[in-house]
Amino acid sequence: MEQIPLEHILLLSALLFSIGVFAVISKRHAVVVLMGIELIFNAANLNLVAFSRHDPALLQGQLFSLFVIVVAAAEAAVALAIVLRVYQYFKTAHVNEVVSADNK
Amino acid sequence: MLFYLFAALAVLSGAYMVLTRNLLYAGFSLLVTLLSIAGIYVLLYADFVAVTQLMVYVGGVLVLILFGIMLSSRVQDKSVRSESVNKIWGTLVAGLVGVGLCYTILKANISSLPWLLAAETDVLGWQKSTVQMIGIKLMTDVVVPFEVVSLLLLIALMGAAYIATDKQEL
Repeated sequence: MEQIPLEHILLLSALLFSIGVFAVISKRHAVVVLMGIELIFNAANLNLVAFSRHDPALLQGQLFSLFVIVVAAAEAAVALAIVLRVYQYFKTAHVNEVVSADNK
Repeated sequence: MLFYLFAALAVLSGAYMVLTRNLLYAGFSLLVTLLSIAGIYVLLYADFVAVTQLMVYVGGVLVLILFGIMLSSRVQDKSVRSESVNKIWGTLVAGLVGVGLCYTILKANISSLPWLLAAETDVLGWQKSTVQMIGIKLMTDVVVPFEVVSLLLLIALMGAAYIATDKQEL
């Protein structure tokens, strides 16, 4: 089985990263913004795992990507809890309609 | 080749995630993206990371996101829609980032880095899976980050449960 060229993996992760950036910037719903952030995490993880293929004795990239996955899970839990609170308070989850914490 | 199938699947469903108007469709296309990234991990000899991706992302984070979608939108009116704002700025910034990254990757000539040429890439030649090596590393070299991350998970779970609780009923 021949090796996958490293550039192709990096290009794939660059594409996924820019899709995630587009979702974070241009989406109204807070959950979709979170999904964009998850996509960015996955693009970074793909780079780490791709370089870790050339480091089989230490596997530093794979270990780092495991920690990234765990921290991303914690982030998703806290962020979705915050989104639910914001929805209960403002009756909307659109990030551009949540203006102030004082007036509803 | 299998890698290009998974890559096309990941990019297409990622693009569908940002282009669709339906929130639930966006969630399920994120599911396809995460699954194909797990497949790419397998092709990159990272079996443990692939299984972790399946269990944590597909089994945990995605279910959490679907719960978030269903709890934070009223199906009767239009808030289940996933509209875009700032389309011009989003396209501009994302396009600039993507083009810049692709240009840098193509210019950098990464495959001829000295340490990459010196490194051996045959992982499966002397061991069948990375699980044993990752287990040894987690208990020796990175044991402090391992414990810190377990504490972080505990704190995040408690914090998320506390934030999501309705405080008027307490």
